[in-house]
Amino acid sequence: MRQFRKAAPVALLAVASLALGACAQSDRTDGGGSGSSGAAASGGTMTFGAAGAPKLFDPYYATDGETFRITRQMFEGLLTDKPGTAEVVPGLAAEMPTSDDGKVWTFKLRTGVKFTDGTDFNADAVCKNFTRMFDQNKAGESAAQYWTYTMGTFKSDAATSLYKGCEAVDPATVKISVNTTTSKFPVMLSLASFGMQSPTAMDKGDANNVKAQGDGFIFPPYAQAPVGTGPFKLEKYDEANKTVTLVRNDTYWGEKAKLDKLIFKIIPDESTRRQELQAGSIDGYDLPNPVDWKGLKDDGDQLLIRPAFNILYMGLNPEKNPKLKDLRVRQALDMAINREQMVKTQLPEGATAASQFMPDTVKGYNTNIKVTAYDPTKAKSLLKAAGASNMTLNFAYPTEVTRPYMPNPQKIFEALRANLEAVGIKVNVIAKPWNGGYLDGISPNGAFDAWIIGWTGDYDAADNFLGTFFTSPKNDFHTFSMPWGKTLSASLTAADAIVDQDQRDAAYEKIATQINDEYIPGLPLSSSPPALVVGPNVKGLVASPLTAEDFSTVTISK
Amino acid sequence: MLRFVLRRLLQMVGVVIVLSFLLFVWLRSLPGGTVSAILGERATPQTRAALTKALGLDQPIWVQYGSYAKRLLSGDFGVSTGVLPGTDALDIFLTRFPATLELSILAILLAVSAAIPLGYLAARRRATWFDNTSILVSLVGVAVPVFFLAFLLKYYFAIEHNWLPVSGRQSSGVDATRVTGFFVLDGIITQEWDAAWDAFKHLILPAIALATIPFAVIFRITRASVLDVMEEDFVRTARSKGLTQRVIRGRHILRNALLPVVTIIGLQVGGLFAGAVLTETVFNFGGVGETLATAFTLRDYSVLQVIILAAAITYVIVNLLVDIAYAIIDPRIRTR
Repeated sequence: MRQFRKAAPVALLAVASLALGACAQSDRTDGGGSGSSGAAASGGTMTFGAAGAPKLFDPYYATDGETFRITRQMFEGLLTDKPGTAEVVPGLAAEMPTSDDGKVWTFKLRTGVKFTDGTDFNADAVCKNFTRMFDQNKAGESAAQYWTYTMGTFKSDAATSLYKGCEAVDPATVKISVNTTTSKFPVMLSLASFGMQSPTAMDKGDANNVKAQGDGFIFPPYAQAPVGTGPFKLEKYDEANKTVTLVRNDTYWGEKAKLDKLIFKIIPDESTRRQELQAGSIDGYDLPNPVDWKGLKDDGDQLLIRPAFNILYMGLNPEKNPKLKDLRVRQALDMAINREQMVKTQLPEGATAASQFMPDTVKGYNTNIKVTAYDPTKAKSLLKAAGASNMTLNFAYPTEVTRPYMPNPQKIFEALRANLEAVGIKVNVIAKPWNGGYLDGISPNGAFDAWIIGWTGDYDAADNFLGTFFTSPKNDFHTFSMPWGKTLSASLTAADAIVDQDQRDAAYEKIATQINDEYIPGLPLSSSPPALVVGPNVKGLVASPLTAEDFSTVTISK
Repeated sequence: MLRFVLRRLLQMVGVVIVLSFLLFVWLRSLPGGTVSAILGERATPQTRAALTKALGLDQPIWVQYGSYAKRLLSGDFGVSTGVLPGTDALDIFLTRFPATLELSILAILLAVSAAIPLGYLAARRRATWFDNTSILVSLVGVAVPVFFLAFLLKYYFAIEHNWLPVSGRQSSGVDATRVTGFFVLDGIITQEWDAAWDAFKHLILPAIALATIPFAVIFRITRASVLDVMEEDFVRTARSKGLTQRVIRGRHILRNALLPVVTIIGLQVGGLFAGAVLTETVFNFGGVGETLATAFTLRDYSVLQVIILAAAITYVIVNLLVDIAYAIIDPRIRTR
């Protein structure tokens, strides 16, 4: 199909190439490489426009969504998410694990599963994976952010780690134990970072050999060619042409991928992604700008809106602005914000106003809490009662960034600012580049009175939201400077340790009520759904709230 | 001549040393940093501190520079932390540089081959419709922002008519062998003609976008310079001697008029790099310019340092070449 049309330039080039001599040879294999044999249905090639480049291919050391999008096609965890939801379901485990005490968990494994290098997936392989993750050198510990984030520490500091050990009971049964009961475990095993990797390939490629050098880390060659069990395997990363090519794993244990090839073309600029789709050179792309949604649909493209699994909030720092220590002031701010209006005018279709610090898709969400009613009159009188009628607020927003929960920070900020000024608050506007002072300004020794930021969930647990925000003594909300800060933290820790799901949910619902009525450490604003778009010829792609789309079910008609 | 070149090369070493220090300090004094880039919303005080320490960013700046300079002397430019973590920064640069070079060469060829003849003709037909139109076109070339021009080009040639690709360096379906990293050249030497042709088609629109400003500048200088020289005494003398028009135009007018033009071409080649940042970004042309922009938002210090130092070196070398070209065109300079 892609043949040259003009002979003249080619002839010129031919002369030039003769002059250069036969100094290089084509690597092409005969037959073009597309699988013509085999029983699997041939589904052609899909090219998907990704918003950023992958960092490396060993998910264990990865931290960003662009990398995980690719590794999710190549690796599977013991647990995974049900397509289209955040619900945790068995992946390479045959069923959900069980535990009597919440500390020792028994996993029954799927049998007959092989890694793409032919190594068997079994209990030994699982334990080798956990041992590998636990036993990191210093540089590896710093690189493995998701382990730090969920398990805390590594073998070098085993006593404080959540992870305790792994025991292969028989080839199809494995016991994994943790030191304390927590709602994180086992759901955290659905994280892309904890996908199972081939022990043989890891040994051969010296997978743990991360080295610190200068101001960076060097990863072993394995990180560029890791081996998993997933429906696709890595063919090549053509860095110069910004494409990652995956091919179908023909020995996949489950339903094999329909596509022969899955190409991720890295196109950071959003409008270029759209133009590529219009020109037909890609079949879909991630994160279309909400202002384009309608236009894309009008063009006949399919807009897949992900269920929102994030929360946008306004953070407050009572240490920086002592007036915020007064509950009445925080209540006033809460009532001064017109969330419904903001959602309607500034956020994409499908966004909702938030009543609490998590989206309604998370277990532990309290359906009884209503979105705070917009009431500027009452806000004014509360401010007056607190002696803060003409208070000043140093309120910041980030520039040069869009986040899934915040497609246009400046516009959202302007809406909030207008609300605050309407009740007599003087707003000092602070605008800083995302990684140019903004993130630093939010950190616990930060510089702002108030700011907007959000959180996208990792897995379905209230702890992943509330625990992240308020448990640590040094958190961005500075709750420990308030009289109730320690209590809140302790009750979150207690709720997290409850083994029974219903009891745990009830505990979180109670905490959510307390936060809403008595604490108001910040203002939850909204949840908004990021989208992806595919052309009319693409079928079978299910949008995931965790942006964990599985491309193995995709078919494409040309 | 050789001594002159050597002296200039020595100066370049000085420039690089001073620049490497200033750059090192400047980059690290910018708000934000590598740690924020890696951790984003997930940063906690503990993970922040741990990562800062692991990356050695907690050391005093002179200690950091000391170890950087030492590594630099042994040819180690550091590893990337953001663009492609763990990869040698120099490798990242070398992988992407051919793209920028390929694009810049085509852009400057386009600009020069259009601007000099047009500038010359415009001068000879001063104040005609041809002259006026050319001036207007060159003005538009300077004034229209690259991203807007890029949008128009893409819309017309790629989306509306599908004659040329929207962005990128090569269609993802093309199975091309990489040899030098110059995609067109690679296609030629491996005789993968479709790959070469596909890569060439990808070059056209970004090259046009990148060429507009140099074209406009070179055109105007050529025109002005030719006008100047046409009035010179030696031209009149040549005419009165009865030389043919061809000799007068080629030997006397054009050759003398080209001197300032060569200087400007040199400056424009240096400036192409700045243009490449924008052009490569809107055309998703994975070159050094686009990488610079990405590395900057990720505060990937090693990569930033390599690219900016390389840009400075390129600039110095281009200027040296301009001076040499000068000496060839104008014999008076050689004797000095």
